[in-house]
Amino acid sequence: MAEHKLLLKYTDDPKHKHVDGYVAHGGYTAWRKVLSSMTPDQVITEVKASGLRGRGGAGFPTGLKWSFVPKDSPKPRYLVCNADESEPGTCKDRVLLECDPHSVIEGMAIGAFAIGSHLAFNYIRGEFDFPIAVFEKAVEEAYAAGHLGKNIYGSGYDLDVVTQTGGGAYICGEETALLQSLAGNRGMSQMKPPFPAVEGLYGCPTIVNNVETLAVVPHLINNGGEWYTMFGTEKSKGTKLFSLSGHINRPGNYEVEMGTTLRYLIEELGGGIPDGRKIKAIIPGGASCPFMTPDQLDTPLDYESIAEAGSMLGSGACIVLDERTDIVWTTYKLIKFFKHESCGKCTPCREGTKWLTQLVERILNGEGEESDIDKIDNICHNILGRTICPLGDAAAMPVISAVQRFRQDFVDRIKAKNVLPMEQFPFN
Amino acid sequence: MAENKTELQPIPGLPHVKAPSAPQVKTRILTAESVAEIQKKMVQYPVRKSAVLPSLTVAYRQVGYLNAEIYAELSAITEIPAKQLAEAATFYTLFPKKPRGKYLIMVCDNISCALCGADNLLRYLEEKLGIKVGETTQDNLFTLQIAECLAGCSSAPMMQVNHDYHENLTRAKVDALIEGWRKDG
Repeated sequence: MAEHKLLLKYTDDPKHKHVDGYVAHGGYTAWRKVLSSMTPDQVITEVKASGLRGRGGAGFPTGLKWSFVPKDSPKPRYLVCNADESEPGTCKDRVLLECDPHSVIEGMAIGAFAIGSHLAFNYIRGEFDFPIAVFEKAVEEAYAAGHLGKNIYGSGYDLDVVTQTGGGAYICGEETALLQSLAGNRGMSQMKPPFPAVEGLYGCPTIVNNVETLAVVPHLINNGGEWYTMFGTEKSKGTKLFSLSGHINRPGNYEVEMGTTLRYLIEELGGGIPDGRKIKAIIPGGASCPFMTPDQLDTPLDYESIAEAGSMLGSGACIVLDERTDIVWTTYKLIKFFKHESCGKCTPCREGTKWLTQLVERILNGEGEESDIDKIDNICHNILGRTICPLGDAAAMPVISAVQRFRQDFVDRIKAKNVLPMEQFPFN
Repeated sequence: MAENKTELQPIPGLPHVKAPSAPQVKTRILTAESVAEIQKKMVQYPVRKSAVLPSLTVAYRQVGYLNAEIYAELSAITEIPAKQLAEAATFYTLFPKKPRGKYLIMVCDNISCALCGADNLLRYLEEKLGIKVGETTQDNLFTLQIAECLAGCSSAPMMQVNHDYHENLTRAKVDALIEGWRKDG
């Protein structure tokens, strides 16, 4: 298993982001096929057959999610594309929005049809000025070419796509918080159930899907769901985008078949570690995922194998840390992010992330005590599973793995009793 | 896309939104263009309150920051209570709440960027501009701030200046950028 470009096939072609270029590459054939010859149930069946799982991080089966929308609801339904990409390490959705926006629009359209929605939103993080401009232009082109709007392709089906821009809040990548934000409220997560598929935006059935997930959908319609199962492992089907960052010779976004090894991604595609340094740790799926160690490099990149190795595939943001990296410093960098991004609704997350930041900061300042390590672990376990949304877990999990797998680093740092400067790596 | 091409479906139990009949709103701060942009956006939604973020975005892009007077003007345009606009605005970090320099420099110091020297990039900028993080230069040209992950992880270190991303930064690149902005004034 190796590199396989399905989503990134045309992203280097500057014409592909325009409707003509996209159509020349076979774009919108899936949407035509859906509107001319398929029922919503048939679309859902294909997506279910493909085994496609949500690419935002949770890995929930997409077809199954779509089937949760109640068929007998008198309310309008909404499809929402989650383009609030903001987990440290993750920069894959940005590429799709910037270089292949029509595949996202086509995926949104097919998803909307599958759940009977006539209004779809793309919630893009507000900092993405350029991707927003590219996507809005693409939507305009799609309307002009008749792929969106009233009575599309003469099928009688109407669909509007609206771009909504966020306000700079990581929490809004969580679906219930995103829907609150889209409704004009503060982006605070809500208890589930009710799940958005039953009661989401404006209290109406709503499906929220990640950008990458939706970009896969046209391929499933064109080639059939079964075709997609040729790629990947038994339980993790298809290809997946990985954002490679940190201490790596060729950082960037790569698309590989699920089940490709971490070693292949880092050594073959990423070109290994600069200056022949050794790897100290790897965060395989974004800042919320537990650390992996260099002895685990042969782990296949699929949901199950990475979970077995004690971490998570997450969004596929692979961050590589070389031997120079201090793990206490890394832990500080991770936890201060979650402290900043906690919406403050649940006490364990709001207070816990603050306490953790203070404790790790104290160790970095040479004022830590050995009992702090157990305190950190204890606070983490009091956040875990005790919050409404996964942000609390996301904050706790990497920290737990840091003190478990790199306990000695914490002990050494505490014993050293000197200040570790924040400026760890040169800027030339 | 500015206006929906198809009819919005009404939601049972909620008032149906119709396009505003181009109300004559007098604004002191917001320009006629901004007002028109907000009016176009607000009719896209079946529920008016969804226009909160879009209107805050239009306003901050024009003015550079948000305050009570701006919330009041937005409220007059959108008929959304000013306190609801303020409630949302204060939750989101994208909207500055006070004036800042002409160039707002946001440096990401999260893990991927930090591994590539983002903290020393910050120190370099502090030295170059003669200000600390959070401050504005005396000529009101530059404000320096730390940002949380901006999804430029594979092209670290990076910064966002106003609406543009600058990636794979080096000292030479930063020097050239700052020099260019100083020249433009």
